Amino acid sequence: MAAASSTSERTLIAPTEMTRRTGRILYRFVLGSTLVGFTIAFVFPLYWMASGALKSSSELADPNPTLLPKSLHPEAYSEAWSSVGIGHYFLNTLILAFGALLFQLVVDVSAAYALSKLRPVLGNVVLGMMLATLMLPVSALLVPTYLTVVDVPLVHLNLINSPWAVWLPAAANAFNIFILKRFFDQIPTELLDSARIDGAGTLRVLVSVVLPLSRPVLAVVSIFAVVGVWKDFLWPMLVLPDPARRPITVALNALSEDMPANQLLAGMVMASIPLLVLFLVFQRHIIAGLTAGSLKG
Amino acid sequence: MTAQDLSPAPVLTSHDTTKATKTPAAPGRLARRIRENLVAYLFLGAGVVLFAAFSWYPIVRGVLLGFQQVTFAEPARWVGLDNFRRLFDDPLFLTAWKNTGYFTLLALVFGFAAPFFTAVVLNELRHGRAYLRMTVYLPVMLPPIVTMLLWRWFYDPGPGLFNKALGVFHLPALQWLESENLAMISLVLVSTWANMGTTTLIYLAALGGIPGELYEAAELDGASVRQRLWHVTLPQMRFILMITLLLQVIGTMQVFVEPFVLTGGGPNDATVTVLLLLYRYAFVYNDFGLASAMSTLLFVVLGLFAGVYLRLTRTKG
Repeated sequence: MAAASSTSERTLIAPTEMTRRTGRILYRFVLGSTLVGFTIAFVFPLYWMASGALKSSSELADPNPTLLPKSLHPEAYSEAWSSVGIGHYFLNTLILAFGALLFQLVVDVSAAYALSKLRPVLGNVVLGMMLATLMLPVSALLVPTYLTVVDVPLVHLNLINSPWAVWLPAAANAFNIFILKRFFDQIPTELLDSARIDGAGTLRVLVSVVLPLSRPVLAVVSIFAVVGVWKDFLWPMLVLPDPARRPITVALNALSEDMPANQLLAGMVMASIPLLVLFLVFQRHIIAGLTAGSLKG
Repeated sequence: MTAQDLSPAPVLTSHDTTKATKTPAAPGRLARRIRENLVAYLFLGAGVVLFAAFSWYPIVRGVLLGFQQVTFAEPARWVGLDNFRRLFDDPLFLTAWKNTGYFTLLALVFGFAAPFFTAVVLNELRHGRAYLRMTVYLPVMLPPIVTMLLWRWFYDPGPGLFNKALGVFHLPALQWLESENLAMISLVLVSTWANMGTTTLIYLAALGGIPGELYEAAELDGASVRQRLWHVTLPQMRFILMITLLLQVIGTMQVFVEPFVLTGGGPNDATVTVLLLLYRYAFVYNDFGLASAMSTLLFVVLGLFAGVYLRLTRTKG
């Protein structure tokens, strides 16, 4: 029935095999079990987390868990937010994420613009050196980058406990520069030249010609910037040791032993919501960026 | 300029040469080239400075640190291969590499088969694809720390769901994180759950690119579904499978959050991984030289995989 519409897109199983009686039964069985299996495996844990935060502490500790909370205790959310200070840590994360986003956009967009359209002498060498860092495992640089943040060379600043320790290293992002440059490369030079003839300067060309054409790639870079910082754990744990400056991920781990279980769950839900909302809104961009990233080269 | 406006002009050509020919006078051209380069480096400058400070310099320094004794109190001292000798003297060093190898192997068994199988099934389904694609990616969007805390709760021997689920099928409860034999497998399960969405979607994109005629031709030759999977799907996916295999090896060799949050390296050092040990050396014992020697070794090992990756992507492109 429905198979008729899919004849244009031929896959492993032939349409005729699908429409046969055994094929139809098999298809429905696989479809049903996949739908149920995925829901249990990937959606149910989220439900369990969110509903657990609504249960009372005694109900949570009960060795016989209940599917629906016996009585609702939404106050765990407000207690976690204000008295445990999850709200404060949430704000810390927001500051880290949006600062990193801003730095990545400004630094990486202008670098990619220079490499793609202004093409300075040795530009390709610089690009190659930037891309080479992509091949390096992050963990191999953990210690020396940490020591660099403790004492920034030449200027001798200590960035520990400062958001700059997250913002600045995040901006040195070769992957962003790579996908931005690839996108800028496709913008016809004639467009930039005609803007120049109309009297636009180099910066003006970037702002009013290149950027408006680059919205999709800017969306991808922005989403990944925010998601990356939001999910990060080890780096902020190292460079922001002051408990008051912790982002929510580090705070949750540090507090997980002492917090009442329902408040911890509420905190976990609150740490996840922004990313889940981001995903639901920008699914298309995220998936596009994902495949662009994996198929680079 | 008019010549340029008239020509349809291919999109991807370098435009340096056309610009250069526009100004025939040599001194003017030089001045202009210098000015253009200055402007370009003005735009590139911030990026170069940040890469120099937080990427290029740390790379060089990381290698040097491995041969130095580093304390915050006094300047770094050159100690040659001492750090490496001390590494090999630490019994945990070998354990960490063994554990990491075991984790990587298990992660490949689960993390490689599960997304491939999932992607092949999803590619055949005609209903609910958007929903399935979304749900499989949901865990990827969770902060890893949330995933770990959530699973710590599931693994809990008391109100944990996993033992409850086993009980439903009259199976004995398991010591998920407390048993030496099972702890690493438990970590791999979390890791696979959290990360398989990415690989599944990449495979799904690759599967969508396989020309349908290949399957039709194979079918006309009488190939069964299994034979088509083996002789059409797999060869067509070979490149992307190799790439994700290498990336997964490189990624899983650096496993940290899972053992750090769920087991702390226990029970009885059964889940001490290379990066967890490196973390201890550097940030618990403050022995940055020893930790850097460890990262140099990790870099060499992962560099081999990265080299293969580079070769593969080069020959393809």
